[in-house]
Amino acid sequence: MITTQNLTKTYGDVTVLNIEHLEIPKGQSFGLVGNNGAGKTTFFSLLLDLIEPTSGHISNHGVQVNSSEAWKPFTSAFIDETFLIGYLTPEEYFYFIGELRGQNKADVDALLAGFEDFFHGEILGQKKYLRDLSKGNQKKVGIVASFIGNPEVIILDEPFANLDPTTQIRLKGIIKNMAADKEVTILVSSHDLIHVTEVCERIVVLDKGQLVKDIKTEAETLKELEVFFGG
Amino acid sequence: MLKHFLTLEWKSFFRAASFKANLLIKIFMVFGALYFMAVFLALGVGAFYIIEKAGWGDPLEIVNQFMIYYLVGDLYIRYMLQKMPITNIKPLLYLPIKKQLVVHYSLGKTLVSFFNWSHAFFFIPFSIVLLIEGYAPLGVIGWHLAMMALIFSNNFINVLLNSKDRLLYGLLGLAIVLGLAQYYGLFNITDYTAPFFHILFQQPWTALLPAATLVFLYVFSFRYFKKYMFLDAGLAGKKSTAKTEDYAWLNRFGNLGTFLKNDIKLIRRNKRSKTSVMMSFFFIFYGLLFFTGSIETYDAPVWKIFAGIFISGGFLFSFGQFVPSWDSAYYPLMMSQNIQYKEYLSSKWYLMCIATVITTILASFYIYFGWEAYLAVLVGAIYNIGVNSYLVLWGGAYIKTPIDLGSNKKAFGDKQSFNSKTLLLTLPKLILPLGVYALGHYVISPAAGYVFVALSGCIGFAFKNAVFARIEKIYKKEKYKTLAAYKQKA
Repeated sequence: MITTQNLTKTYGDVTVLNIEHLEIPKGQSFGLVGNNGAGKTTFFSLLLDLIEPTSGHISNHGVQVNSSEAWKPFTSAFIDETFLIGYLTPEEYFYFIGELRGQNKADVDALLAGFEDFFHGEILGQKKYLRDLSKGNQKKVGIVASFIGNPEVIILDEPFANLDPTTQIRLKGIIKNMAADKEVTILVSSHDLIHVTEVCERIVVLDKGQLVKDIKTEAETLKELEVFFGG
Repeated sequence: MLKHFLTLEWKSFFRAASFKANLLIKIFMVFGALYFMAVFLALGVGAFYIIEKAGWGDPLEIVNQFMIYYLVGDLYIRYMLQKMPITNIKPLLYLPIKKQLVVHYSLGKTLVSFFNWSHAFFFIPFSIVLLIEGYAPLGVIGWHLAMMALIFSNNFINVLLNSKDRLLYGLLGLAIVLGLAQYYGLFNITDYTAPFFHILFQQPWTALLPAATLVFLYVFSFRYFKKYMFLDAGLAGKKSTAKTEDYAWLNRFGNLGTFLKNDIKLIRRNKRSKTSVMMSFFFIFYGLLFFTGSIETYDAPVWKIFAGIFISGGFLFSFGQFVPSWDSAYYPLMMSQNIQYKEYLSSKWYLMCIATVITTILASFYIYFGWEAYLAVLVGAIYNIGVNSYLVLWGGAYIKTPIDLGSNKKAFGDKQSFNSKTLLLTLPKLILPLGVYALGHYVISPAAGYVFVALSGCIGFAFKNAVFARIEKIYKKEKYKTLAAYKQKA
C-alpha cells in the first residue's frame, strides 16, 4: 500500500504538485494521466525519493520514502534513460540489476527467457552497448529490467511512448498479467488514454499538480476521459 | 551567411552552462591563462639563449633537430584532446545552406582552435630572437612560415585521422622507438629530418613545399567531408562492437564486486575515463622533475613528499576527484536501486587503493635515484590510501558537474569543480603532509619526517569506518542537489 499525505512540491512560487491524500492499495494496477506539466513524473520522482517534497510525505508499505531507504528492496522503476547504464551491453545491465536485487545469473536468464517475444530478437546477443541501441529498444531493456527480482511495486513512466505498435500490444499483455498477480502493485503513467484504460483498474487524472479525477475503470471510462481532455 | 554562423558561435560560447561561474573564478582563470602565456613567451624568447649558453650548438639547428618529435607530439595531443569539427553541424544539414559552405565553415573553425595558435607563443618570439641575433631575415621568415604551415597541416591530418586509432598509435610507437634508438645512440632519425627543416631556412623558397602540403590537405579534407556529410556516413558516431564480459572472479566480493565490475567497465569503455587513467600514468613521471634536480626550487626536502604524493596518487586525483560524477548519467538509477551508499563508496575506495598500489609498484624505477626517493613514493602512497582517499570522496560530494563519458571535453578540469569547499579540501591533501614532514624533518631528523607522514596515513586508515559513516551522511545530505545538478546536461 502506498499512502500519500499532504504532498506538495514547489519551485520558487510555482506549485507543481499538490496531493492532499491518495491511497494506492497493494496489488492495484494504477494509471496516472495528465497533460505535459501535470506533475506525473514529479509524483513518481517523489515516490522514488529522487526529489525532496516541499511538504508532506509518501509511505511505501509503511516506509516513509524520504527518511528511510527500506523501500528500495521491493520497489523498482523505469522513468527515463537515466535509469540505463550506457556503456554496458543489455545482458550485463540485466545481470548488474539482478546482482543488486539478489538474483543470480540463472534467475535473470530464466526471467529474460519469458520476454523473448517482447525483445523481438533485437536486444540479446546484439554485440551493442545500450548507448548504441535505438530509443525504443532502450526502453524495452529498461522496462524488463524493472521486473527483475520480484519487486512488489513497479513504477513505469510513459512505458508506451517510443515503442512500435507490436511491442505496445505485447507490453499491454505483460502489464495485464502482472496486474492479475495481487502481490504486485503497478503504477503506470501515459499520454495514451486507450492504453491506460485498457491496462489499469484505476485511473487518476492530474491537472497542473492537482488531483482532479479518480476513476475506477469501466466501459465508459475512455469516453469520460476523452470528454475531459477534449473540453 | 557568415554572420549567422558567427552569432551562433558567440551564443554557444556565452550561453554554455559552464560559463556561468562566478566572477572570482573568472579572474582566477584569466590569471592562469596569462601565466601560461608568459611561460610560453619566456620559453620562446629564452630557448635561443639557453641552448647557446649550454653550448649544444647552433640554436636553430638544435630546434630543427627535435622538430620531428615536436610535430609528432603535437599530433598526439591533438588526437587526444582536439574536438572534431563535425559535431555541431547536424542541425544545419536540412537548412537552405549550401553544403560547401557548411564544410568550409566547420573546417575553418578548427583553424582558430587553441591547438593551433598556442604554438605562436613559441615560434613568434623565437623567430624574432633569430632576427635580432642576425640570422638572414628572408631565411627566418621562410622557416617561420613553413613551421606554421606544418602546424596547420597537423590540424588537418588530425581531422582526417579521427577515430583511426591504429594508425596513430603506430605512428606514436614509431616515434617512441626512434626516440629511444636516438637516446642510446643506435640510430638517429634526426640526422635525416633535421636537414629538411634546415633547408627551409637556407633556401626560403622551399617553404612553399609545406604551404602546398597545407593547401593539399585542406582540399583533401574538404572533399572528404563533403562526400561523407551524411548522417550514416561521416556524421555517424563511432559504434564499437560490444562484448559481454563477466569478470566472474570478482563475484566473491559480493555487492562490492558488482560495483567493481561496473567501474572496470566504466573505465575501459569510455573515452573520458580512459583519458583520466592515461593522465594518471603520466603523473608517475612527474617526480622526475624533483629527483633529477632539474628544477632548483624543488630541491628542498619537503618537496620530496609532495612528489611522492603526486607520483602514487595520479589515479586518485584524476579519477577519484570526480566520484560520484562518473555515474552522473545514471545517478537516478543508482539512487533508486537496492544500493547502500556505503557499498557504493567502498567500491570506489577500493578501486583507488588498488590503483595506488599498482602505481607505487610501477614507480619502483625511482629506486634508481636512491632508496630515499622511492621511500618518499611509498610514504606518499600510504598517506594517499590513509587520508587522501577519504578526502577526494568527501570533496566529490560537492562537485556536482555531470560528466559526459563520451567526450574528452573538460578532461583537464572545469570551472565548477573549483568551489570554495573543494579548494579548502586540497589543503589537507597536499599541504598538510608537507607540514607533517617538515615538522619531523626539522625537529628530529629526515627519517622522522617520513615516519610522521606514514603514521598519519596509518591513523587515517584505522578510522576508516568512522570516516565512511561521516562521508555517507554528507552524500545523503547532498543527494537531491546532486540529482538536480546532474539533470542539467552541460
